[in-house]
Amino acid sequence: MGLLDAGITQHNVLVTSVDNVLNWARLSSLWPMGFGLACCAIEMMATNASNYDLERFGIFPRSSPRQSDLMIVAGTVTMKMAERVVRLYEQMPEPRYVLSMGSCSNCGGPYWEHGYHVLKGVDRVIPVDVFVPGCPPRPESLIGGLMKVQELIRMEQIGISRADALKKLAEKSVDPRFIIEHERKVAGA
Amino acid sequence: MEEGKVFSQSLQESAAAYAIIQEKFGAAVSALDTNETMPFFEVVDPSLWTEIALFMREHPKLKFNYLACLTGIDYPVDEKLGIICNFESLGLLNHKLSVKVKCARNGGSIPSISCVWHTANWHEREAYDMFGMTFTGHPELKRILCPDDWEGYPLRKDYKVQDKYHGIKVPY
Repeated sequence: MGLLDAGITQHNVLVTSVDNVLNWARLSSLWPMGFGLACCAIEMMATNASNYDLERFGIFPRSSPRQSDLMIVAGTVTMKMAERVVRLYEQMPEPRYVLSMGSCSNCGGPYWEHGYHVLKGVDRVIPVDVFVPGCPPRPESLIGGLMKVQELIRMEQIGISRADALKKLAEKSVDPRFIIEHERKVAGA
Repeated sequence: MEEGKVFSQSLQESAAAYAIIQEKFGAAVSALDTNETMPFFEVVDPSLWTEIALFMREHPKLKFNYLACLTGIDYPVDEKLGIICNFESLGLLNHKLSVKVKCARNGGSIPSISCVWHTANWHEREAYDMFGMTFTGHPELKRILCPDDWEGYPLRKDYKVQDKYHGIKVPY
């Protein structure tokens, strides 16, 4: 549950933990690095633009890795680019998150067998937090992935590692099928 | 040309252009392959290739001012590598013709035509990058797409991808 959902009463006094406030602040202004590698980047740009409007999540691209919290690897990572991706990742300040967008950066995609120049999964060079499947993923999928990153941030606490936060997130996972079916039923009724 | 066959307008123009080249260079060029999509001839003596190219660009009845494409090809059975150049006379005489040039598969070289059409500069670098034939007289012959320290030539038929590149696993 979000911090603001709790409602503020009694003369604007709000009692919460430091973790909650910090996490809320971080997940509400998740700045991705503005770079794209292939067709997925077009979809990412569409998500940034007015129709899907990522700024309502506080997400808007920055032009420097030093100002970014999140790296969206949007597109085919070639062997030549892989070393540059690592360099950019290393230039980002911690805590940093990586979202792998689309089949190419997840596992090589259509180039998995004959693409001599393609890195078969960006997780071979940098640690990835969230994979978004699709070729390319629709903007809704990307938003779903970004919300997953926000959920991951919400799981974090002072003193626990990223691996533990990912484990907590996995335990808390919700199967979206039932929600979608429920929403369909409500919409149909 | 085969007899009794009716050629289209564009093919007749290509054949006329070829006749001028054949008259000048004789046995250095092969017979014209009169297919409808891409009429071509082969340069039998590659050492004359730059001269033929310049002739094709400069002759008043040829005026091939446009190199549309330069593609590399691997012929593993013949132990050869080759290039195909697609020429057009754009906006002037409006005819087209293609030329094939071949060289040995190992350590073969083809004269560069980048001094005739600047388009050929990057195209020849690409052919070198993908197939490994060298172009003599090219001003800056180095890889254009693959990294400089890449092993092998990817579009050769017998190409095997390298196991690791800078410590990163390459195969799936």
